[in-house]
Amino acid sequence: MTAIAPTYRANIKRFQSVIALLVLCIVLAVLTDKFFTAANGLNVLRQVAVNACIATGMTLIVLTGGIDLSVGSVLALCGAITAGLLKYGWSIPSADLFIGFTILGAVLVAILAGALLGFINGITITAFKVPPFVATLAMLTIARGFTMLYTGGHPVSNLGEGFARIGTGSWLGIPVPVWIAAAVVSLAVFITKKTRLGRYIYAIGGNETAARLSGIRINRVKLFVYGIGGALAAVGGIIVTSRLDSAQPNAGISYELDAIAAVVIGGTSLNGGRGSVWGTVIGAVIIGVLNNGLVLLNVSPFWQQVVKGGVILLAVIIDKIGDRRNE
Amino acid sequence: MLEAKNISKNFSGVRALSNINLQLVPGKVNAIIGENGAGKSTLMKIFSGVHTQYEGEIILNGQLVKFANTREAEEAGIAIIHQELNLVPYLSITENIFLGRELTTVLGMLDKKQMRGKARDLLGRLNMDVDPDTKIAALKVGQQQMVEIARALFSNASVIIMDEPTSAISDKEVEQLFTIIRQLRSEGRTIVYISHKLKELFTIADRFIVLRDGASIDAGDMAAITQDELIQKMTGRKLGMGKTGKTVLDAPELLRVENISLRHPELAKTMVLSGISFTLHKGEILGIYGLMGAGRTELLECLFGLHPKNAMGQIFVNGQVRKIKTPVDAIAAGLALVPEDRKLQGLVLDQSVRSNISITTLQELERWGIVLSETKERLLADQFISSLGIKTPSPQSAAKNLSGGNQQKIVLAKWLATQPQVLLLDEPTRGIDINAKSEIYKLMKNLATEGMGIIMVSSELPEILAVSDRVLVICEGELTASIAIEDATEQEILKNAIHKN
Repeated sequence: MTAIAPTYRANIKRFQSVIALLVLCIVLAVLTDKFFTAANGLNVLRQVAVNACIATGMTLIVLTGGIDLSVGSVLALCGAITAGLLKYGWSIPSADLFIGFTILGAVLVAILAGALLGFINGITITAFKVPPFVATLAMLTIARGFTMLYTGGHPVSNLGEGFARIGTGSWLGIPVPVWIAAAVVSLAVFITKKTRLGRYIYAIGGNETAARLSGIRINRVKLFVYGIGGALAAVGGIIVTSRLDSAQPNAGISYELDAIAAVVIGGTSLNGGRGSVWGTVIGAVIIGVLNNGLVLLNVSPFWQQVVKGGVILLAVIIDKIGDRRNE
Repeated sequence: MLEAKNISKNFSGVRALSNINLQLVPGKVNAIIGENGAGKSTLMKIFSGVHTQYEGEIILNGQLVKFANTREAEEAGIAIIHQELNLVPYLSITENIFLGRELTTVLGMLDKKQMRGKARDLLGRLNMDVDPDTKIAALKVGQQQMVEIARALFSNASVIIMDEPTSAISDKEVEQLFTIIRQLRSEGRTIVYISHKLKELFTIADRFIVLRDGASIDAGDMAAITQDELIQKMTGRKLGMGKTGKTVLDAPELLRVENISLRHPELAKTMVLSGISFTLHKGEILGIYGLMGAGRTELLECLFGLHPKNAMGQIFVNGQVRKIKTPVDAIAAGLALVPEDRKLQGLVLDQSVRSNISITTLQELERWGIVLSETKERLLADQFISSLGIKTPSPQSAAKNLSGGNQQKIVLAKWLATQPQVLLLDEPTRGIDINAKSEIYKLMKNLATEGMGIIMVSSELPEILAVSDRVLVICEGELTASIAIEDATEQEILKNAIHKN
């Protein structure tokens, strides 16, 4: 019996965020009429999709022991790039050149731009040994500045019906952003669970020195995760821009905090080496359900923030208590 | 007098201590002896208030005590000096001694003058001639230990527990430590001394208490027991470590290093290593001995590509020159390094035994070049768990839950998986129990018989003499001797390891 107890407890720990989510849903279903309806469910998922994309990238980064504060700004810049390319194309007057973009073209360029920005984060962190917090904090400001420069501080709107479908359309009754998030999450789960790269990500976060001595190319892995983090922020930016049919220069402000919150609520350690993409997905859904429920309950926006913060604290405290019992 | 009655303790269902009964004799040096995993550290953590959940009773001076935290234990007069020193590196000696119990003036301000004065007194009592304003980071390990002892003295501890105090200090510092221990004993304090080094225990300890598998086995006067009897009590069997020299110089050359030098990373014009050249033959075990700071570890690090900017010299494997600038290059050249500190450099402690073993060879465990094959990984891990005799509840258990010896075997396993030609071992048996030690020696000999070349750095002379086919001695970064095992004696090796001035 004593041999079974620890695994039993570990399982409870693994599912404790799922249990929390279920409890939350049951409470909301009892308290409100609207919560437990298909329309509201899809609505919640659609709202969660963007954060799920960003937070998935964040999870990979946090697992290596890093952090990325720039995702909100990268999201805004990449959203603006998509909108700008779609609407105005890319013209180089000196060469008398004009390139128009299809939806696919604009989207790909934006994702590449996001990956590039993430890559730059990775280079500052690996080649110049700048702590991730500082490097990505700088990128947060820089990317926001470029967004303002690129848009002149004005929204870029009316991007066409085709593009708007990315954010507002549905397929098989499920919103397109949810499909995108599902694809992103599946890919990340595959990488973390089934590939060498995934192992390396965990090993670097768990013990960087041991990983280096084992012949793991640490810098490459880090460049990869920051690149992916940037690319996924761009994906978020495309969805947001499409849904609003407009690239807002102020889009994505404080999204990095929601992403980090999802990662933490999902049980990933900010020290790296422990956690999972699945946990983050649950974390993102918890935040989404909470946002939705508080609106349905007519809680004032000011109180909503207080409650959200409280939930983050609670999640981490419960996690720590579990750790201590397993000591 | 400190006494343990029927102390038991479980960790997540695993029994670490069962019904421990022992008495520490006041005013004596009480040695706690046992292999790793015997429960020594756990027991000490109970005495010092680190572990608060246990069964049984602790009786201090006739009174039942139960500490809720380390502070209560300290106030009751029990101080512990941990194996890993618990000092804040960028605070001064004074600040560390008074950390958490600062003296203040009537106004509630820090009374720096008084603290500094008291710190100076304490250091004086320990014959330590250092400015109390010195930062801990600037001190040698031995001196840092003295600061810990000063902390204990300030709290006026009647029981001072020392956990492996000599594992990282030089012989000279050991002598100083022993002088202090004798002084503390003459003041009537009870010393609890934990060490793997039996020789040391016979020098300093008055009493012995043997623990084995979490139980108290025997206790008595040190003077009334021999080293062999003690080992028998610890392991439950007799130990033989025969010396078997063999000549392998006519075997083909495997590794040749020429003129390895290493610049000091911070101090200009200072060399950590200068002009080291040697060869390693197929099937040879080369022992490298040097005193603390001689550059032993750095030499292995240079071979493994850990000092790309500051290292110079050439490395030939099988006669071919190899540029080794990173561990990746080193592994490609057929080298493997089992580092000195398995917890900091060898293992991802949170991860399973299985993933720790497979981490170096994941590329060979892939299907279609992408997906890790669980079957292949399980086979690999199971093979090494059984061939090296790694004792683990399951291959999925986290590496941190295993004892030191078994952790060391995991590190060995992950490197053997790469099928290296040259195995570099840095202090391969540090802090592990005698059984695991002899298993590792046996493994080294088997590997050498199969043709692997092994370089072992060790600070323990008996180990060097027992395992090596040839001994290299380095002193202050220079190679001072290469001695065939037939001619090697402790005196000869030491003579070459000590700087002639």
